[in-house]
Amino acid sequence: MAKSIDVADLNIYYGDFLAVEGVTIPIAARSVTAFIGPSGCGKSTFLRSLNRMHEVIRGARVEGKVLIDGQDLYADDMDPVNVRRMIGMVFQRPNPFPTMSIYDNVLAGQKLNSKRMKKAESDDVVERSLRSAGLWTEVKDRLDRPGSGLSGGQQQRLCIARAISVEPEILLMDEPCSALDPISTSVIEDLIHELKTQYTIVIVTHNMQQAARVSDETAFFNLSGVGKPGRLIEVGRTEAIFSNPQEPATEAYIQGRFG
Amino acid sequence: MTTTLSRPVDVFDELRGAQLPSWGPRAVFGLAVVVGVGTYFLGLGVFRSVVLAWFICLSVPLWSLAIEGKRKATDRLVTTLVTSAFGLALLPLISILWIVISKGSKVLSTEFFTYSMRNVVGPGGGIYHALIGTLLITGAASVMSIPIGLFTSIYLVEYGQQNRLARWIRFLVDVMTGIPSIVAGLFAYALFALIFGDGIRLGIGGSVALSVLMIPVVVRSCEEMLKLVPNELREASYALGVPKWRTVAKVVLPTALAGIVTGITLAIARVIGETAPLLIIAGTTDSVNMDLFKDRMATLPVFAYSSISSPGFPPGPSIDRAWGAALVLLIIVMLLNLIARLVSYFFSPKGER
Ligand SMILES: Nc1ncnc2c1ncn2[C@@H]1O[C@H](COP(=O)(O)OP(=O)(O)OP(=O)(O)O)[C@@H](O)[C@H]1O
Ligand SMILES: [Mg+2]
Repeated sequence: MAKSIDVADLNIYYGDFLAVEGVTIPIAARSVTAFIGPSGCGKSTFLRSLNRMHEVIRGARVEGKVLIDGQDLYADDMDPVNVRRMIGMVFQRPNPFPTMSIYDNVLAGQKLNSKRMKKAESDDVVERSLRSAGLWTEVKDRLDRPGSGLSGGQQQRLCIARAISVEPEILLMDEPCSALDPISTSVIEDLIHELKTQYTIVIVTHNMQQAARVSDETAFFNLSGVGKPGRLIEVGRTEAIFSNPQEPATEAYIQGRFG
Repeated sequence: MTTTLSRPVDVFDELRGAQLPSWGPRAVFGLAVVVGVGTYFLGLGVFRSVVLAWFICLSVPLWSLAIEGKRKATDRLVTTLVTSAFGLALLPLISILWIVISKGSKVLSTEFFTYSMRNVVGPGGGIYHALIGTLLITGAASVMSIPIGLFTSIYLVEYGQQNRLARWIRFLVDVMTGIPSIVAGLFAYALFALIFGDGIRLGIGGSVALSVLMIPVVVRSCEEMLKLVPNELREASYALGVPKWRTVAKVVLPTALAGIVTGITLAIARVIGETAPLLIIAGTTDSVNMDLFKDRMATLPVFAYSSISSPGFPPGPSIDRAWGAALVLLIIVMLLNLIARLVSYFFSPKGER
């Protein structure tokens, strides 16, 4: 079920601007990989290139290879729509659909693709997804209310519920907890632990403790200067990166001696 | 810390500011109204009393300058200017409404709405035939323009973006926006004359002419509305593995629906009062014609025009009917605006209205 990701020598462009350069990283199936690094170093950009969301932006393109279980994601015969069905994503900023109720937002993946479901079945999916995202108790009495009427953190958890309700095999999460309180954060971290048994998870975070708590592997990205492309500096077992980093830049960043 | 705490009075004094008594401006405006109305009845003339009252209103900023200081005085001055400009802009609107309602309302009756002008020379008769014609011709024009306009705008925003075809379409739409309505009428006439020969008069020809005027308005307003839909929603949909066309149909359009409906309604309101093109291609008649594809068809604006330009005998009732037709047209436009408001109230994304 879960899939591994192998990235080889990936360059990511916005038009002529090279945003991320030369990333090579293996991501094992059924593992959690955390991306850390300073703001603007290309973590989101790289994450978006893993489910072909990057090319949605006009002029954006990539060079290099991304292999999912050995299949090249960017091969000509790959359909980005199918790729995104398999590789789900939670965005840095919450983006629930304003025209849909909370209930419909959770089922958006199914509804927008006109997948037929029995009422009991969809009720079940909604409850399960919302419980996993730690939102169920807060919204169970107002499932028919609009999703945009929730608080920022609730919206973010709604988006997490929406992403997991379609049961992707790989889940990409871009700072899913940046707007959440410690309790909701720990719910999401529990969810990540639970999902890890079936899915491959990649998470971007600015919170070192979180990276240390949830991830098996950690990748550190950095910028060599303003206007220069971001690069992968170091990747390894999380314990190793945090206790014994190989690169001085990694050590400086982790210890907060940055810039 | 301790230094600020020991002198709390000074700190708060900085936050305060002198202020006019709250009744002050109101009293001045009241005085202005009294003086204006008073001098009007004393025989000063409307224009002079209004200007006099306006100058009295200007004393509020001066008073404020003396007491409150420059920033608040500027605020009050600009507020006064903007409000006066608004009042000035309302004047023509109110006077039009006043004239049309006062002259048009006296002919409104059941007969007026249910009779045509067939065999009527003097008083009596009605606008039934013209009302039907307006509704049919505008309806057909909407049926043609809305899909074309909406799909064009979807292409421009979702697919074409900045490519060459899209730029050309945008340019041509801009050119079309500037087409004088008489030219649209001549175009429709020339088109149908090619097929049916010279002297042709057809209701559907009027619809074609109105479409030429309506399509660019629909394209432009729908395009603006689609552009307002945040890209994040499209991305959220793509990330769930939803194909682009479903994203457009089920995420983008519903999100923009309120604005699109408003834009379309305003486009209809814009063309429903067109006279010149309909005069050329739809002509006018005294009897009811329900068939868009056959013979002349009367419409409200053309009816109003011909009632005034070639009245019956005596001319009085004919001219009254023209005002009645104008009033009905105005009511239809108001209804369209009301519908647009209701739709945008009920369909705008919930939780954000
Ligand atoms: N749509 C875009 N068009 C052009 N350049 C972009 C776009 N989005 C991001 N960039 C640039 O790409 C680089 C990487 O941005 P990215 O969003 O990936 O950073 P990030 O590591 O996710 O930062 P943060 O931690 O603040 O989220 C930045 O220099 C940014 O300015
Ligand atoms: Mg980011």
